[in-house]
Amino acid sequence: MKDLHEFLVSPAETARRHGPHDRIVMSSRVRLARNIRDAAFPGWAKKPERVKILETIRPAVESLPEMKDSFSEAMDNLGALDKQILVERHLISREHAAKSAGSGLVLNREETFSVMINEEDHLRMQALRPGLQLKQAWNAIDHLDSELERKLEYAFDTDLGYLTACPTNLGTGIRVSAMLHLPGLVLAEQINPIIQSVNKLGLAVRGLYGEGTEALGNVFQVSNQMTLGENEPMIVERLEKVLSQIIEHEENARQTLLEKKPKTVYNHIGRAYGILANAHSISSKETMNLLSLLRLGVDLGLFPGMERSLVDELFLTTQPAHLQKQYSDKLTAEERDLIRSDMVRERLKNVSRPVIKPPPPSTAN
Amino acid sequence: MQCSICKEKPATVHLTQIVGDKMQKLDLCEDCAKSKGVNDPAGFALADLMLGLGASQEIDQAAGGSELKCPRCGFTQADFKKSGRLGCAECYKTFFDGLGGLLKTMHKGTRHVGKAPEALKGSRDNADRLKALQKKLTKAIEAENFEEAAQLRDEIKQLSERPAPSKNLAR
Repeated sequence: MKDLHEFLVSPAETARRHGPHDRIVMSSRVRLARNIRDAAFPGWAKKPERVKILETIRPAVESLPEMKDSFSEAMDNLGALDKQILVERHLISREHAAKSAGSGLVLNREETFSVMINEEDHLRMQALRPGLQLKQAWNAIDHLDSELERKLEYAFDTDLGYLTACPTNLGTGIRVSAMLHLPGLVLAEQINPIIQSVNKLGLAVRGLYGEGTEALGNVFQVSNQMTLGENEPMIVERLEKVLSQIIEHEENARQTLLEKKPKTVYNHIGRAYGILANAHSISSKETMNLLSLLRLGVDLGLFPGMERSLVDELFLTTQPAHLQKQYSDKLTAEERDLIRSDMVRERLKNVSRPVIKPPPPSTAN
Repeated sequence: MQCSICKEKPATVHLTQIVGDKMQKLDLCEDCAKSKGVNDPAGFALADLMLGLGASQEIDQAAGGSELKCPRCGFTQADFKKSGRLGCAECYKTFFDGLGGLLKTMHKGTRHVGKAPEALKGSRDNADRLKALQKKLTKAIEAENFEEAAQLRDEIKQLSERPAPSKNLAR
């Protein structure tokens, strides 16, 4: 059994991964849902059947060249903290974190492929990429899926496509999504109309970990909802088009804010810096919201000495499970708040306060 | 206000989702909200929930009140009502009549046009599929359902123009 924490890429390294448009698009993901023919879906199958399916699927996934030297484990062998860390890294879903015997995870070295076994469907495989790389993610997971279909017999119907436990995933079984950092649109109070028009196009907008317009850290997930009656490249392309428009709106909102309400922008970012650099107790939620403003400050050139990767690293390491992992004793929420503030202060020690007259921000990525 | 799911306890969780021009509202009690994962928003979509409820109503109608049961896995319409998920691949055949309308509202179309497993892309399957489509087309024309007929005609055209069996078929 591999140790998960020796296996996982360090947060510092994760934060330094770059992709196109990553000042706004934090990551891209394409997920496919597949099921094995002649077996009940995981939610309905009895435990022995689920275990049997896991035993069939797991070696097949492990044998793929992409998954060489992967981390492969049954969910009942992972502790609650480990599962939560995987959730915070978006490597597994919350639903999968709640699974135990009969479910499994196969994760590749680079953390670019994560295959959940017996989540809602027998197979939930996803390709992850930094920045805006939906096509690349689709091509990668398409290839993985094609290799896997030679080893496993999928439940497929010529009319209905890939058969899934929930009819909302029927057909292609695809969910294409991107995680967007949109502080400009939130500050300019333009986010709600944007969400509404995106919804009208049949796409879903969710917060970092949930629904609601006030997303934690101004991070929003945009994804397709329809999976039947449209092929995969079309779905990917449609989402890409919408994303490029959202990116444009976000860039415009940032420009306009700086021109029309520079004081508001400096005030928000200055206060965020002030609190993060000086607080002695801070919750995970407040940290995320303030780090978002710090990230905006970096993008706008207000922190000449600081790299965006520092903010992105803190975004991950200040979350509850990541924080808890660094300490052997079980921490209470209050204790975590103290330790979190200590860590953030320490990391911002050498970051100078924001400059007031930033150089013109480069719009290039 | 009563909970839309159990219809017993008072509703304290109120959800609204706007899809297109339609606004959907759902009122749930604490327990049903929890069991449906409303407090776990990452794994929850109102659409799924609405679908589950809507589907069971449609299935109720389709089954004429009788309890439909999947011969393969024993999954019943009551189970579907509870979870919004199906039991196995065969369930799609068992509950198909009730699902048709829902798929139409949930998705862009009711027929899969994307990727297919390589093994199923042989010319024989193509022929089978063409045959089935032709049959549907005849039916649609008889029923004067011209919108569907036009769609089917396009699909047949697309399918018969494909060089079988090719690697990029059905993409």
